[in-house]
Formats: sequence, C-alpha cells, structure tokens
Amino acid sequence: MKIPIAYNLRSLRARPVSTIATAAGMALVVLVFVAMTSMAEGFRSALVATGSAENVLLLRKGADAEMSSAFERNAANIVSALPFVAEGPDGQRLVSPEVYVVVGLVRTAGGMANVVIRGIGPRALLVRKGIKLIDGRMFKPGSNEVIVGKTMALRFPHTTIGDQLHFAGRDWAVVGHFSAQGSAFESEVWGENEQFMPVFRGQAFQSITFRMKDPAAFPGIKKTIEAEPRLFADAHLEVEFYTGQSAALTLILKFIARFIAGIMAIGAVLGAVNTMYAAVASRSREIGVLVTLGFEPRHVLVSFVVEALLISFVGGLLGCLASIPFNGLVTSTTNFSSFSEIAFAFRVTPAILLSGLIFALVMGFFGGLLPARRAARQRPVEALREV
Amino acid sequence: MALVEVRSVSKSFQRDTQKITVFEGVDLDVAEGEFLALMGPSGSGKSTMLNLLAGLDQPTSGTICVGGDEITQMSPKRLTAWRARHIGFVFQFYNLLPVLTAFENVELPLLLTRLSKAERREHVATALEVVGLTDRGSHYPRQLSGGQEQRVGIARAIVSDPTMILADEPTGDLDAKSADEILNLLQRLNTEFKKTIIMVTHDAKASERAQAVMHLEKGVFVR
Amino acid sequence: MKYSGLVWKNLRRNRRRTILTAISVAVALFLFVALQSVLTALAAAGNVGSESRLVTRSATGITFPLPQSYFQRLGGTEGVKGVSWGDWFGGIYIDQRNFFAQFAIDAERYLAMYPEIQVPEDQKKAFLAERASAIVGRGLMNRFGWNLGQTVVLKGTVYPGDWEITIRAVYTPGTKSFPDNVMYLRYDYVYERSNHAAEPGWYILKLDDPASAAALASRIDGLFKNSSSPTKTETEKAFQAGFVTMWGNIGFLVRAIGIAVFFAILLVAANTMMMAARERIGELAVLKALGYPNWLVSSFVLVESLVITLSGGVVGIVLARLALSRTGGPLAQFFPGFSVTTGTVMTGLGIATVLGVVSGIVPAWQAARLSVVTALRQVA
Repeated sequence: MKIPIAYNLRSLRARPVSTIATAAGMALVVLVFVAMTSMAEGFRSALVATGSAENVLLLRKGADAEMSSAFERNAANIVSALPFVAEGPDGQRLVSPEVYVVVGLVRTAGGMANVVIRGIGPRALLVRKGIKLIDGRMFKPGSNEVIVGKTMALRFPHTTIGDQLHFAGRDWAVVGHFSAQGSAFESEVWGENEQFMPVFRGQAFQSITFRMKDPAAFPGIKKTIEAEPRLFADAHLEVEFYTGQSAALTLILKFIARFIAGIMAIGAVLGAVNTMYAAVASRSREIGVLVTLGFEPRHVLVSFVVEALLISFVGGLLGCLASIPFNGLVTSTTNFSSFSEIAFAFRVTPAILLSGLIFALVMGFFGGLLPARRAARQRPVEALREV
Repeated sequence: MALVEVRSVSKSFQRDTQKITVFEGVDLDVAEGEFLALMGPSGSGKSTMLNLLAGLDQPTSGTICVGGDEITQMSPKRLTAWRARHIGFVFQFYNLLPVLTAFENVELPLLLTRLSKAERREHVATALEVVGLTDRGSHYPRQLSGGQEQRVGIARAIVSDPTMILADEPTGDLDAKSADEILNLLQRLNTEFKKTIIMVTHDAKASERAQAVMHLEKGVFVR
Repeated sequence: MKYSGLVWKNLRRNRRRTILTAISVAVALFLFVALQSVLTALAAAGNVGSESRLVTRSATGITFPLPQSYFQRLGGTEGVKGVSWGDWFGGIYIDQRNFFAQFAIDAERYLAMYPEIQVPEDQKKAFLAERASAIVGRGLMNRFGWNLGQTVVLKGTVYPGDWEITIRAVYTPGTKSFPDNVMYLRYDYVYERSNHAAEPGWYILKLDDPASAAALASRIDGLFKNSSSPTKTETEKAFQAGFVTMWGNIGFLVRAIGIAVFFAILLVAANTMMMAARERIGELAVLKALGYPNWLVSSFVLVESLVITLSGGVVGIVLARLALSRTGGPLAQFFPGFSVTTGTVMTGLGIATVLGVVSGIVPAWQAARLSVVTALRQVA
C-alpha cells in the first residue's frame, strides 16, 4: 500500500450516498446468504443433536425410517441380552424399545401438521442423555399420561400441563414438558410404549435404541446384529442416522442459499462496478497528479481495489449485523424422511458470519477490479488535461 | 418607454453569518435595439445583474420590468415560460450538451414551442447560417473549436427569436481571434437583426463594440 | 416524443453504466419471476385435486392404513358411484436421492376413476395382464431414461425385499397440474408378495353429485366414528392442499427473499441514477436557463430511469420465462405445474416500473429544485 488508506477513506466520505447505497446493496445479499445458510445449519444441527454417537438405532432390514420399521415384542428381549449393551446404575440394560407413529394435529396457527408420537421404554431417559424435564413431571407407567417437547408445546394447542391432548381417538393427559438440546425430539410427544401399542399398530415396536458399552466397537456390533436372524435388523449409529435424515433438505437449503445469493451478487457487483467507475472518473485529475508525483500504475490499481474492498467490508459487516437477530428464531418444516414436522432454530454461527464477510469481500474485489485497472492505465498528461 | 426598466433593485445574500450586499438601489434602463456592455471588476455583481434580468435569480428588493412585464412579480413557473419566450442566453463556457450535435443543441429551445419538426429544422438552419456554421450541424461539441462552440451557443440563443439576448462573458474563454469573430457576430445581430443585447464583460476591447457601456462600481452603475 | 432523442442520447452517454444497471435489474427480475412462480406453484399445488372425488383416510394420521372391509361399506353408501383405493409403496430406486412417489393401486377401478392418467389402450391391457408391472409417468421415464418394457428394481422400505417391476405402460397427464412423475404399481401384487401385510392407505370415492361432497363426507365419517379405525373424508382438493402446508412457511420465506432482492437492486439502480444526475447538474441547469420547466427536466431524469429498469426488467422476465417454462426447469420436480404465468409477468413489469420510479424520484426531485445560478457557478 504505497498510497495511504486514509486517502481512500476520505474519498469514500466525500460521496457518502453512493458509498452507503453500494454497501447496503451488498449487505442485503450477505443478509440473505447468512440467513438462509443459518436456516440450513439450524435444521442440520437439530437433527444431528437428535442422535448420539454412543447409541445404536435398530430398524427392520430395509426400512429407511422409523415409520417403515417394525419389530416383534420379543426383539427387545433379544437386544437386552446382547453383551455389548451398556448397563445403568441399577444394573438394568440401557435399551429403549419404542413405538413410533405420526399423527395429524391442528396447529395453533392453523392447518394440519404431522407430529411424531413416540412411545418410550422405561429406561429411555438413561439411553438418551440430553433429555430434561423443564416443567411438570414424568408420565406414570400404566397411565394415559404424556410429556410434550418444548417447541411442540409452543406451536400446538392443548399442550399446556393439565390439558388433555386428543389423538388416536383418545384423550391423553399432558403432565410435563421436556427439552432435548434443541433437537428434533423437542417437536415430539412422548408417552409409554406399552400404552401406545394397542391403540396404534398392535403388538410391535418400530425401533430399538440402546447405549453401547464401548462406542468404538460399533463396526463389530453392527456386524453381529445384522447377522442375527431372529432380529432381521439394520443397525445404525444413532447420530449418523439422524444426520442422514437431514442431508437432503440441508443440501437443498444450502443450494437455494447459494443460488439466490449468487444471483443477487451479480446485481450487487454490477452496482459496485458502476460506483467505482464513477469514482475513478471523478478523480481522474487526482490520479494524474499521483502518477505525476511518481506513483506507479500498480499503486493506483491497488488503491482502488482496496477502496472497493472497503465498501464491501462495510456492506458485509452491515449484512452480518443485520442477520444476528435471526439467531435462535424458531421455524418449522417437514422432515420428509420421517414425514413429520419439526421445529428448529436458525443458527447464525461465527463460521457462517465469516463466510458472509468473505462473500462480501469477493463481491468488492470483482466490483473494483475493472475500474481500478482503468484508473491504473490512465496517462498523467491525459488525466490532467481533462476537466 | 425602455425595454428593460430596473428600479431600485438590491441584492444581498447570506454567507454563514455574514450578510453580503452585492448592490443596493440600482436603476437601469435599456432601450429596445440597444447593445449594452456591462463592465466591472470580478465580484462587482455584473453577472448577478444578468441573472436577475434573465429571471434566473430574484432581487432582495426592487422591481424589474421587461417589455412591460414585471418579472419580479412572476411565479417561478410563469418565469420559466417567460424566459423560454423572451430570453436568449449566451454562456461564458458555452454550456452545450455534449451528447447532442450542434444542430440538436440549437434545436433545444424550439422543442418547448409548438413548431412542427419541419419548421424547427428551418429555424435551426437559419440560426446556424447566421452564425456561419451551416456545414457543422452534425458535429458534436467536442469536434468543434471553442469559437465554433460559442457560435453554436449564440445560434441557440437566437433560434427562438427572443426579445433580448443576454451574454455572460461570451469571449471570456476564447483566444483573441475567435473573440473577435464572436464580437463581430453579436454586433451584426444588433445592427442587422435589431436584437437587443446586454453583454457582461471585463474586457475593454469587447465593450468597445457595444453602443453603450455601463460600469458597475461599488454597487452603482455609471454610464 | 420530440424529447425522446435527448433521453436516448443521455442513456447512450455512459453506455457501460446503462447496460450494467439494466443487467442488474434483469438479474433481479429473473430471480423475482422464479420466486413468484414458486409461490404460484404452491398455490396451484393446493388446487390440483379434483372436487368431484373424495378421499377417505384414517382419522389418526395419513400414515395409518384402513381396513380392507371398508371397501364394501363405502361402496354401499348412498351417493357413492364408485370406490377404489391406493397405498404408499415407498421403494428406493438404487439410492435414496432418487426419490419419487410410488403408489400401489387397485388397478382397474383406480384407472377408471382417474381420466387424468392417460395411457394407450394396448399398454393399459398389458399392465392389467401382468402383476409385477407398473404405469410410469412420462416425466419420470425421462428423468431416469427408462424404456417401455424395462424392468427396474425397487428396494422396499415399507414392504421389505427387492421388487422387480416391469414398466408396461407410460402415462401422460390429462391436465397440466397433474404430476407426470409418479409410478403406479399393482396393489394386488404388493398384497400377495408381502404375505397379505398390505392394507389400503386411503380410499377414493366417485360421487353421483359433486355438490353433495360435504354432506357425504360427514356422513361417511359418522359411519366409522365408533369403529377401531375412524376415518377422515374430504375432497381430493382439500386433501392435496393439506400436503402443501407440510412445506411449512415457505411462502413467507420466499416473500422475504423477494423483498431483499428488490431492495438490493433498488439501491443499485437508485445509486446509478443519482450518479448520472449528479454528473449532469450543469446540463440540467442549462436546460432550465433555456426555459425548460422543472417538470420537464425532472421527467427527463425519471424517464431515463424507467427506460433502464423496464428494459432490464423485460430481458429478465423473458429469460426467466424461457428458462423456467419450457422445460419446467428443475423446480418442476417439486411443484407439478410450475410455470411462469401471465400474472407473474405483469407483476414483474410492475416491479420494474416501481424500481424505475423510485430510483429516479430523488434525482428528479433534485433536478426540479436545482438552482440554476448556483449550478452554473459550480460548473464555471
């Protein structure tokens, strides 16, 4: 930087409207990019958080989701007897055979949504570490009581503690609310598996989840289970299974984020090109003076590129600032893998903000390059003759 | 009755907290068909007077009548229409529109009239002929010399046959030879076409061509 | 019109800037048209189903089947002209990413109820004659490059195992909004091969009189109210509309992006117009000195702005229409009937006009307010 940056700063201040308009245009592009990427990230991390790396999820062979899976009752006992299943403090095996169904419920905001009803085994909360009752109490075994996920409670009526939630032709008493570290579980209703079995799909479980003694042994465990003819099951590492469920939609969301922001960026870059050409034109005399004083064309080039980068940096910063309020905003979409609606929060992470900022700088660089080259090519004599 | 009657006109403006008086209580009469040169040092207010006569600026007090119309009483809107009809303005820096050809520059004032395209072409051709640039109609300003540009400027000022021509330092940016040609042209417009011309200049040589010279000194006109 | 030459020449003065700005408007309008078409397609998707057919499904949830015995009872209900059923098959073709819809249908009756599924007579015969066969939509055939008579293998998720299915018929949708990317299998084959595990996912009813739909629907639901599988019956149209809400608040998202696009380009266009006007302050002042009224000088600026945004807008809209309508574009997979409607084109033109007016209004206003004396002194 032979030409001091203060010169650029002052030049930008001399035409505030143009500078702000260009920066604000870029800010909007960055805002859209960051917001959409945080949405994809929020969806992904909700599903990633749903699974644990210490748990194994069993589904019937060939089933791609809990919904299309089924096990006979006896399967739970077979799994409990497996040697690599972890034990709880009371010496009980950490296995949760679960009933999984999707029912249609009317949202508070109107419209039907598909909600996961999960019937859990007595040790489910030991198998799944992140689950916390935040209000009320756990359901009593042998009763028609249920607990409701935190975000589910926000979006559906009759989910307050003490309410009766109606589904599958019955009333269910809501006795507690639980959180699950922002995971998809928070969009579900949990009750006892034994209670759900007769009213839904008969004497069968949809999935069996267990905690491993040694998570590193998973490849061997998988082999053993899949070779067990009495189970007829596929073994999935729980975290991988749920991450896999998020893959398609995350990919689509990220693609949309890049596609839309990319197209918008074309507009913003062209705007920056215009602004920078105008800056170069209005300062052709000054450039002439600089070159006459002995500055080399490449110094002029760098100076103008830096000026464009400054504008885009301001734009990127504004865009990132504007996107921060999105962090934590809860929205919902259908997880097409499970055919149910899950709520998740936008996650504006530092990495996303950084990529937004870099995105802005790239726009600035391309916006400034051609005008800066024009400036660098100006011959001092011509420049001074102008005006 | 004089064509232009300026009565006790004052002009002052505010710069920061200071009130600056350009002139005070000025009277001026210009007869129809007169070629008057207004002289004075820089900042004496001669250009301000010209702007007042053109209706581009308003006096702080006093009245200005042109051809019986009191222009100091007119609304900005009426004043604009009046200016289009009665004033031909010649600028020091020509002020031609760079994107338009000489012909189109001259045609500009006529676009405001109801003349047909053919009539406009005829008028422009006549004006260009008067200033001796018939063959330069399709040239752009940057393809013309300074003297030629100013002649286009003059053609533009006379094309709509205005009541009077106001020229602000018309030779100020020209070399001696071109300046001489411009002054010849203005003189001819005055004698041959009976145009009333008021010209602001600080060049004594230019003022010699006028019928009358007025000096603006310390806010007072001296004939 | 006599002033058009002046506006035209001003546009050409800084040709690069004019073109760059027009391109950025074109890009914005392209995006806008695409987004708006998604909204239209969403609205249309809620409209695809027929109002003269009823869908009866489990009241508990869409994933719950209904007993086979309901077929007779529904058929015997007064006002019902015909009954058929279908089920979700949910097989995977090679990889999960190749997702498409597969329905196991009660073949002959189902096809009779859906004139939208247009199949040549000989192909239809072949489908009805062979159990492990399928009717496949034209769009799906093209997507995977399948041929008539080809055997494809589906990996069952609901019904385990590898399913070898021969494509015996290809259908073309009878209406624009009917999807062309569905595979229809034979329910009887699925039932048999799954050891009678299959049950109808939903029943389709044809009515004697479409006007009686609402009354009939509640009568049917009343019929099964106290059974072990209560039903929910609604018109096919309402049933389809329910699926659209599964997308969640996509409409809001799309609108929010649209607004951001609009403002981003507005800033670009407005900035351009301000730069253009600022560079020409002297010339605008000269025009006013020549007697050009304020409104005329302003309208030069405004018209210039409008010409840029409208020409850019038209280019963007035309490109979007060509790119998205002819092939249907990649979005057609998600939204059957995705197309750029005349309404969208008109809205796009409206947006381009608003862009032009708003970008030009400030410089136009400045031009009107411009003091000739000050402006000329600046130039001199």
